[in-house]
Amino acid sequence: MNETLWTWESLSIVKPEIFLAVSGLLLLVFGACLKGNPARSIGGLVMIAMAIAAYMIWGMKWDSQVEFSGQFIFDPFSAYMKILVLFGLIGSVALSLRYMAQENMARFEYPVLVLFAGLGMMVMLSANSFLSLYVGLELQSLSLYVLAAIRRDHAKSSEAGMKYFVLGSMASGILLFGISLVYGYTGALGFDTVAKTLAAAPATPGAVIGLVFVLVGIAFKVSAVPFHMWTPDVYEGAPTSVTALFAIVPKVAAIGLLMRLIYGPFASMVPDWQQILWFLSAASMAWGAFAALNQNNIKRLMAYSSIGNIGFAMVGLVAGTAAGAGASILYMTIYMAMTAGTFGLIMMLRRNGVAVEKISDMAGLSKTNPVICYCMAIMMFSMSGIPPLAGFFSKMVVFQEAMSAHFYVLSVFGVLTSVVSAYYYLRIIKTMFFDESIAVLDREPGMGKKIVAGVCVAFVVLFVLSPDPLLKSSKAAAGSLFPVAENTKE
Amino acid sequence: MVDFQLLSLMTFLPLAGVLFIMTLRGDGPNVARNAKYAALYTSLIVMVLGAYMLNHFDGSTADYQFVEKFKWFPSLGISYHMGVDGISVFFVALSAFLTPICILASWDSIQKRVKEYMAAFLILEMFMIGTFCALDTILFYVFFEGVLIPMFLIIGIWGGPRRVYSAFKFFLYTLLGSVLMLVALLWIYFHGGTDIPEIVKAGGIAYKAQFWLFLAFFASFAVKMPMWPVHTWLPDAHVEAPTAGSVILAGVLLKMGGYGFLRFSVPMFPEAAHFFAPYIFGLSIIAIVYTSLIALVQEDMKKLIAYSSVAHMGFVTLGIFTLNAQGVQGAMFQMISHGLISGALFLCVGVVYDRLHTREIGRYGGIVKNMPIYATMFMLFMLGSVGLPGTSGFVGEFLVLLGGFQVSTTVGLLATSGIVLGATYMLMLYRRVIFGPQTNADAAEMLDLTWKEKINFVPLALLVLWLGVSPGVVINKTQASVDKLIGDYQTALAQTETSHE
Repeated sequence: MNETLWTWESLSIVKPEIFLAVSGLLLLVFGACLKGNPARSIGGLVMIAMAIAAYMIWGMKWDSQVEFSGQFIFDPFSAYMKILVLFGLIGSVALSLRYMAQENMARFEYPVLVLFAGLGMMVMLSANSFLSLYVGLELQSLSLYVLAAIRRDHAKSSEAGMKYFVLGSMASGILLFGISLVYGYTGALGFDTVAKTLAAAPATPGAVIGLVFVLVGIAFKVSAVPFHMWTPDVYEGAPTSVTALFAIVPKVAAIGLLMRLIYGPFASMVPDWQQILWFLSAASMAWGAFAALNQNNIKRLMAYSSIGNIGFAMVGLVAGTAAGAGASILYMTIYMAMTAGTFGLIMMLRRNGVAVEKISDMAGLSKTNPVICYCMAIMMFSMSGIPPLAGFFSKMVVFQEAMSAHFYVLSVFGVLTSVVSAYYYLRIIKTMFFDESIAVLDREPGMGKKIVAGVCVAFVVLFVLSPDPLLKSSKAAAGSLFPVAENTKE
Repeated sequence: MVDFQLLSLMTFLPLAGVLFIMTLRGDGPNVARNAKYAALYTSLIVMVLGAYMLNHFDGSTADYQFVEKFKWFPSLGISYHMGVDGISVFFVALSAFLTPICILASWDSIQKRVKEYMAAFLILEMFMIGTFCALDTILFYVFFEGVLIPMFLIIGIWGGPRRVYSAFKFFLYTLLGSVLMLVALLWIYFHGGTDIPEIVKAGGIAYKAQFWLFLAFFASFAVKMPMWPVHTWLPDAHVEAPTAGSVILAGVLLKMGGYGFLRFSVPMFPEAAHFFAPYIFGLSIIAIVYTSLIALVQEDMKKLIAYSSVAHMGFVTLGIFTLNAQGVQGAMFQMISHGLISGALFLCVGVVYDRLHTREIGRYGGIVKNMPIYATMFMLFMLGSVGLPGTSGFVGEFLVLLGGFQVSTTVGLLATSGIVLGATYMLMLYRRVIFGPQTNADAAEMLDLTWKEKINFVPLALLVLWLGVSPGVVINKTQASVDKLIGDYQTALAQTETSHE
């Protein structure tokens, strides 16, 4: 390995991150100096900055490069996931611009915090050692804790932030403990070295325990059952635009991180993590389906829905193959579009200036606001996995890969839970279409939500026409994770 | 041969109608009328195309015709593969034929959200035709499952008082069966691909896996069919659905189960089909006898016809799993005939329901006096349902029984008892509604069929009679495909027997 820590050339692979960090700091200073309420303009600038970062990633050479003494990796996988994350963040900022003003929480720190959370996610996705992983993860988490409590004069929001913070720090602690165990038993923090050491000899119990702790830490971040307890409360308590952000982006990043870990440093411990993921996946699918049946708050419902969706995404990971990883990436891509669209629609539901959150308040909306309702129905059918909508194909590919790896029980179990979850998605459609109307909604003033929801609905409906490009690129992204695994095997 | 993409055109033309309807703004009566006409014309064009397809269909070969094949999902090897053979061609035609009738039947009875209703029906037509044309397993699944969306909305929005319960029951029952089929389809994906003709040509699926796969497919098709004991969603769905919804449900959606058995279960899993045939006989016999008995005590007209549908579908499963040429041919014929007759019977119920807004048998009586044309039409379809020679109902039941007796006399005898029971409940229904004293004043004042209703009934009546008198029209076109199905099945059985000896 090179003795120098970094050269000027190595900066080229962190261009987008550096750009985001600098623009984040500048916007922070800017926001403080500007007069009036700069939340909207700062929000717009944040979106532009993130779009530029995504464009920079798009323009980079998509092959595997490791720099900074093995701390940081740029490969097609991280590039794909970063672009995905940036898209999600742009969408969630677009959703929140008008909402912040509507809910009297228009603070310019909000979009900047989103930007820093995104920076953390990008570092985390490019992490090639436990050290950079932890730094990225904490930058992300701290920004999100603050965002959850951004309505500080609102009891529920503060409570959500507090819960998220306490439980999240505990998860971070568990993760750190796991990392220290792995370090203790392999003598390294870099993923490549850890992978080689673990592959060279049969796994020691200490390393296995380390793996378990690391996985638990990440399971908390993706809110897989049984580490999901924070999710419904935080989702319900946080302002809806923040909930949308939570549902759309961090999960994608955390699933990406999980993939990086299980196919990187822990690639030789397949049977060990496979059974853990098997359980997490099955439990999440089941709990996400059954616990949501009785929810009346749409944000809580979406929380359980996201838990279930993470379970489905993990089905692809359990398979342990490159194709399975590709299927999971595709799943998360489609999940992101469905969630962003759904939250865009949920946030349009306002009556007399107050956000509608109860499912029963949506009764008969299809008569007064048909467009919102048809879009919502499309999203709900897609979430329950009914063809020809995109949600069907995402479920199909993950189960396909599980079947190819002979996980028949998990597949059957998964599709059965998807029937249960179809019930509560249908319940929303039923409330909007079959029940009697209560009252008209307010007119939606902003364009942000409409654009986000429109784009997502179009994506979900039209995906069937040409499903291949996205599947190919997600498989290519997943493929780049695997050379490491191939080398370390045997 | 036809040198344009007929099947895709038939499948996706309704979508053009939907797009047109979506551009209509407002809720006034003019908008509603435009939507109705858009839907009617679109479906009429599809019907004409369907007739054209039937006309150009070559019955002398068992090959797939009007085939189209494009890459759709190349990295997974899934293609957009459409085509019809003797087994599917009449179902495509049936879907194309019944949709305009349904739209006409809803002309005046649907008063709210007309635009959405018409759009839902056109989308439903697209999925139905697609289901019968698809020759790729995933493509089939997409269409097969997509049917749930418009049907759920049709029952739930325009249905009766218990519509929510029925819509959910319909959706979840069907979905539960289908997802198991999806798992089986994915298994097959890794052991033969997704192209149906190729899987069949390769001799179906390996012997050991057949049983589980057969059961998974059975879960889906038996619910769709519906077979006893998973039939309970059907009476609910029928009773609550609007008239046209019932017509399409009985006319086409139920046939998807039987079609699935013929397209997947028998050719792909011949040994399993052979193994499970006796059990399916048992279920079919129970369906025939038990649901006929239930039909006897119904007070609701739609419920009675719904239970009679289950009994008639019992004949279909019986016929398919006799696995001889007569039985399968009979099952095919029975499905087509039942599609026409039960559709017409639901229309008959719809006619009086529109006038009196009740389906209770006791609320009618003696209406032959004020509705003679209606009474004639009702009688024709009622007798068709009973299986009177000269109607299409007879041919199907006769052929099924012919096939059934070849397999086992007991099965044949028990199935025949269903015909007797069928005659009992249908004649009782007819007597109580049409004849007898006119005890209800409002029923006695109902007006006879309007011209729109006549337009609806006449083609159905002519077809029922025509197919009854000259069944060759259908059989000539299906014969080659059915013979090939049975031939392949017997070859496969013979091969397994020799390999096991």
